[in-house]
Amino acid sequence: MTVDSDVEPGRPEAIKAVPVRHPGRWLGAAVILVLIAMFVHFLVTSKALEWPEQWKYLFSDPVLKGVRNTIWLTVAAMIGAIVFGIVLALMRMSENPLLRGAAFVYLWFFRGTPLYTQLLIWGAIGSLLPTIGVGIPFGPEFHTWKTQELVNVALAAALGLILNEAAYMAEIVRAGIQSVDEGQTEAASALGMSRLQTLRRIVLPQSMRVIVPPTGNETISMLKNTSLVVAVPYSELTFTAQTIYASTYKIIPMLVMACLWYLLLSSILMVGQFYLERYYARGTSRSAEARQRIRFRGGGGGQ
Amino acid sequence: MNVQKDPAGERSSADTGPMVKAEQVHKSFGRVEVLKGIDLEVRRGEVMCVIGPSGSGKSTFLRCINHLEKINAGRLWVNGHLVGYREKGGKLYELRDREVAAQRREIGMVFQRFNLFPHMTALDNIMEAPLRVKRQPKAQVKERGLALLERVGLADKAQSYPAQLSGGQQQRVAIARALAMEPALMLFDEPTSALDPELVGDVLEVMKQLARDGMTMVVVTHEMGFAREVGDSLVFMDGGVVVEAGTPRDVIARPQHPRTQDFLSKVL
Repeated sequence: MTVDSDVEPGRPEAIKAVPVRHPGRWLGAAVILVLIAMFVHFLVTSKALEWPEQWKYLFSDPVLKGVRNTIWLTVAAMIGAIVFGIVLALMRMSENPLLRGAAFVYLWFFRGTPLYTQLLIWGAIGSLLPTIGVGIPFGPEFHTWKTQELVNVALAAALGLILNEAAYMAEIVRAGIQSVDEGQTEAASALGMSRLQTLRRIVLPQSMRVIVPPTGNETISMLKNTSLVVAVPYSELTFTAQTIYASTYKIIPMLVMACLWYLLLSSILMVGQFYLERYYARGTSRSAEARQRIRFRGGGGGQ
Repeated sequence: MNVQKDPAGERSSADTGPMVKAEQVHKSFGRVEVLKGIDLEVRRGEVMCVIGPSGSGKSTFLRCINHLEKINAGRLWVNGHLVGYREKGGKLYELRDREVAAQRREIGMVFQRFNLFPHMTALDNIMEAPLRVKRQPKAQVKERGLALLERVGLADKAQSYPAQLSGGQQQRVAIARALAMEPALMLFDEPTSALDPELVGDVLEVMKQLARDGMTMVVVTHEMGFAREVGDSLVFMDGGVVVEAGTPRDVIARPQHPRTQDFLSKVL
């Protein structure tokens, strides 16, 4: 007899059943634990990792400069790509077939060729376009610059990443804008809002819920893709690691050290992505508890 | 004779002429003709209810009034302005987006599916257009927004997001949002059709109050009780034409046309 049934006569006894055993789970856990132990043992005892050597360079000036370049390239490339991507997305949804076509051809080229190859071309941009001028198309030019002087390696690296990423961002933005219910645009129009106001105040904020998660992934990808600007060649984190081991021959320690930096930076990005997603999800759940649940589920991983 | 001809796009007979005047309005979607010549007038202060089976073109006609749909033939005036066009020297010129937007400011619209902005609180939904479109001072807009919420019985929901409100509450916020632009005409596109039955009453009550305050309203609805009680006129549409129009009492009690009789026998 439980207390409950004393209070509420007639109510059946609460169920106390023997739970189902899961030997498979215990076996799996044991395997994982052994693997973790082996890995930790490897990290501690491996001669190849040379932790002191890594520590020596982790905060050295050349490495910090490489980290700085990786960060600004990631930030500049994503900002540029988002702005240009919005323009491309609007072009793709335009009623003007020429704008639509132009955006399509752009996407076709930049998504259809490897980023590394594009960056190699940016490295040789001087031979593709020896000069850049301002003037009347097919007519006289008012001023002409040597491309080599105008586009230095840093700018070439950034432009290469921006133009490539913009093609992907355009598709993400387009999917986001199209995910917003047509009734929203109609309601805004009916209130007398202009098309630009409707886009900026009503459609884009709502499309953010669809745009932010893949954009977060793109940003984390971009962080790592910056290592490809070695093709230009522009010196960032991976390139710096290579430069160091070219003279010290400590290849694995330097590459692992670069990985540690990338992991730190991408972890920071994942935290930022989580808060951004939560911000743009406002107004979509009924209660504070529901938001809490989303937080719990969404906190697991940013990818 | 067409008294409303307004060559320069200025109000020729504003404040005296009808609020809405439709002459032979035609509308096609592709090869399907949805409106086949609508003629009607809505006087100032009049509450016109439009009924009819689905697909009869009643919602399309409502959407033509604020130019959410472009008409293919005929003429449509709101408050003395030709909707969507300027007529000059016998030729029609399409209005620019901003001119269309300016026309729409005189017309409030309430949708079947509310279409509140989900990323804004109820109060922000109401304040958005007066702030951004009319660029009125924030304090004044906020004060009026709160007053409007009070008027629709939702004073305590100012900071709620649409997803936290019931359908009936959302629709009342949507009505307040439309009223915030101080329109001369309110269009209601089946405002209670998406609501649970027990929530319909609150919305209709707000609309009745609005009618009592003298607002000109065109209401596409299935609520025959509302049409009978509040409507000044009742229009029955079917197959893209106005089949029958008159006072609600007459049309409901003594429908003349067999199609009206048939429809009413099913909904009453």
